[in-house]
Amino acid sequence: MTIFGVALLALCTLIGVFLGDLLGVALGVKANVGGVGLAMILLIAARSWLVARGKLGHGVKLGVEFWSTMYIPIVVAMAAQQNVVAAVRGGPIVLIAATVSLLLCFACVALLGRFGRRDEPTQSGQVRQGGAVIGGGDPAAPSSARPRPAEKV
Amino acid sequence: MLHMIEHVFVEQSLVAAFAVVGGLMLISNFLGKRLTAGRVHGSAIAIVLGLVLAYVAGLYTGGKKGVADLPVFAGIGLMGGAMLRDFAIVATAFEVDVVEARRAGLLGVLALALGTVIPFIVGALTAVAFGYTDAVSITTIGAGAVTYIVGPVTGAALGADSAVMALSIATGVTKAVMVMVGTPLVARLIGLDNPRSAMAFGGLMGTVSGVAGGLAATDPKLVPYGALTATFHTGIGCLVGPSLFYLTVRAIVG
Repeated sequence: MTIFGVALLALCTLIGVFLGDLLGVALGVKANVGGVGLAMILLIAARSWLVARGKLGHGVKLGVEFWSTMYIPIVVAMAAQQNVVAAVRGGPIVLIAATVSLLLCFACVALLGRFGRRDEPTQSGQVRQGGAVIGGGDPAAPSSARPRPAEKV
Repeated sequence: MLHMIEHVFVEQSLVAAFAVVGGLMLISNFLGKRLTAGRVHGSAIAIVLGLVLAYVAGLYTGGKKGVADLPVFAGIGLMGGAMLRDFAIVATAFEVDVVEARRAGLLGVLALALGTVIPFIVGALTAVAFGYTDAVSITTIGAGAVTYIVGPVTGAALGADSAVMALSIATGVTKAVMVMVGTPLVARLIGLDNPRSAMAFGGLMGTVSGVAGGLAATDPKLVPYGALTATFHTGIGCLVGPSLFYLTVRAIVG
């Protein structure tokens, strides 16, 4: 059933965020430390477990994948509620601090990405399939009609 | 008549948001295909359109939440709010290639460290260049350059001036907006086309909204890898901002 997938996703998110809060308290920080990241790791683990037992049914998959296809529209809604006025009105100090740190970080991405990069001309089917799911019906994304490659976990 | 339509939008806020965002995506995909011959992702256009609408709405309402400050579009606030955003981000983990993610783990940690230290130093130096001399203000503005949550959390912990806090938040928001818009433009230049570099990107850029928007506009398949590292960023920033960074700045400026 689809609700099992949605519930699994909800459970992973709740546990992850809770663990993130605990980690924050343990470290004495007034913030959630990596709650969403921990939730992602939980979901990956749950998926591996289900696949290994052959229990990853169509409904469960549909329940989770629906939300990953909703990811981009949700991000668009997020963009539409940013405080853009504050960003535009920030003045030179804001602009300089943001631009320079951004350029340096972009340069670091280029550097780190190259650092220790192996020859990987073709990316795994899993990665491309993920893009097709998250991209949804986006014409620029690869066709989602492609059959899902064998599970490798 | 108009009043009744408005009433429906207010009452069915989330449903209305689905319809509005769907319409926005439809227009953006059309523009991307027709005007740019598919060179610019429809989602990149949609995100930029969203930001433009947020700006216009912000000018009109004087509020801080863009379109969501208009009662008719309150549902956008729920749909794009932290709860559903995080829910959808977690869902993308279902598509993660575990082998790829594990291989880039160490790289992600390194990226997180660099992504916290570099923006802080740049922000702090900018603050100094603009005449701030006290350790609290310098640290708060530097922390704002990390993310727009680290800024105010650090500022509140140190008891910074509210004008400095506002500046700090504005720096973080500007950075997030620039990441959303700038990433697709520089993606090829910085080799952002595989899970490895996406994990480095997430760690370096930090701001979850910036990374989420930037990667969605660049290539959806990279989203889960970038998000995986980015979500640790704010927590780490909040940890070192008021402690390690503040003590270091205080030791230097006295």
